[in-house]
Amino acid sequence: MRIHLPNSVFLGNINHFLNGFDPSEPDKLEITSHPKWFWVHPVVLCMIAAIGKPVRPENVRFESLARTKHYLTRMGLFDFLGIPPDMEIEQHEQAGRFVPLTQIKTSDELTEFLQELQPLLHLQPEDVEPIRYSISELVRNVLEHSASEEGAIVCAQYFPNKKMIRIGIVDTGLGIRRTISDSYAVQDDLSALRLALTPGITGTTNRPGGSEQNAGAGLFFIKTIAYVNRDPFVIYSGNAMYKLLKRTSSHIVLRANPLDDRHSKESNLPHWQGVVAGIDIGLEKTKEFTELLDLIRNFYWQSIKEKKKEKYRLRKPKFV
Amino acid sequence: MKRNGNVTIKMIEAVGTFAENKDVARDIRRQQILPALEQKKTVTLDFAGVESATQSFVHALISEVIRQYRIDVLDQMIFKSCNDVVKNIVSIVTDYMQYEEEPTEADAKPKRTRR
Repeated sequence: MRIHLPNSVFLGNINHFLNGFDPSEPDKLEITSHPKWFWVHPVVLCMIAAIGKPVRPENVRFESLARTKHYLTRMGLFDFLGIPPDMEIEQHEQAGRFVPLTQIKTSDELTEFLQELQPLLHLQPEDVEPIRYSISELVRNVLEHSASEEGAIVCAQYFPNKKMIRIGIVDTGLGIRRTISDSYAVQDDLSALRLALTPGITGTTNRPGGSEQNAGAGLFFIKTIAYVNRDPFVIYSGNAMYKLLKRTSSHIVLRANPLDDRHSKESNLPHWQGVVAGIDIGLEKTKEFTELLDLIRNFYWQSIKEKKKEKYRLRKPKFV
Repeated sequence: MKRNGNVTIKMIEAVGTFAENKDVARDIRRQQILPALEQKKTVTLDFAGVESATQSFVHALISEVIRQYRIDVLDQMIFKSCNDVVKNIVSIVTDYMQYEEEPTEADAKPKRTRR
């Protein structure tokens, strides 16, 4: 496998990086970088950690003269690869800046990770809401559907000046096409991504309302959080990638079909066995989480009204 | 329908301030909610102290209950001390569970009961 780290990789330009990924010869990993300076989105670090971890350390080659590779050391990449960082760094205090690469294999590990998230990032309670929500749903998807013994690899970096947190969550499991095809006929990876992002579609059943453990709403919620807050969201599995682009209209309309949102897509990327998810959450412009949930609730209500095509009164839960 | 008492489940003790662990939700549903409903008890889910919940958690907690007992089971369930986030999530799940089918009087009885 070969990976080149160019000058800069963020969600907006990640297509170019993904196109350059070479998944052949999975028992070897060669990493090169821009010679002087680079910065890559946390999702890229998760990808390298996920594919590099099973490779024997003697088969991992990292060539970089860039001074900024200390960033990779601080994020814990060399620990995952099992190779020395080849440089001394001054360890800065971790809190307030980033969440290093972390492997999550069980439900309890996820709960513990989420409990540490807020103090680790020094965030206000209201800021942490969409972050822990998104991470919880994405990692639980991995734990429940990927069938990977390696679980999920997660990392995040907080940019105080932009009030932005960038998050990556990656697995090397079955992939979305394989899991969705348990319940739906899918022709290709892009179709599988579209279905996975559509509310009410889950690989566990084709029954409306989902199964007892899955409703097929998790990815739709995350896409909606990103759409409403004008944040980018990328999901890549198999040969396909779907990227939700920032909303340009001030008018908010939730749509069931992700292809009706402002997006870009690719269907001929190098094959990724598993799922790669990247999301940026801007804290300054984040809509109140309760307002966002109101929008989602209204979306479901409209869908029900359209389906019933008649006056229908919903039964309400009793709150006291 | 005559009720045989009330069971209160304090969610904070099982899930902490962020209710997201679906395994815990499944255990509460199987071990506490469904047995109480079988005994014709009213179930109070007390969310005091819970700051937030995920849709997946609430789905794992109550969707199968609604499916088994139909939507009228909401008459036998009370959601106590929910903040706005939790209220919204619970409402979203109860709403979309009604997308599946419109309840009728004949459906009001539990779909299946175990003795």
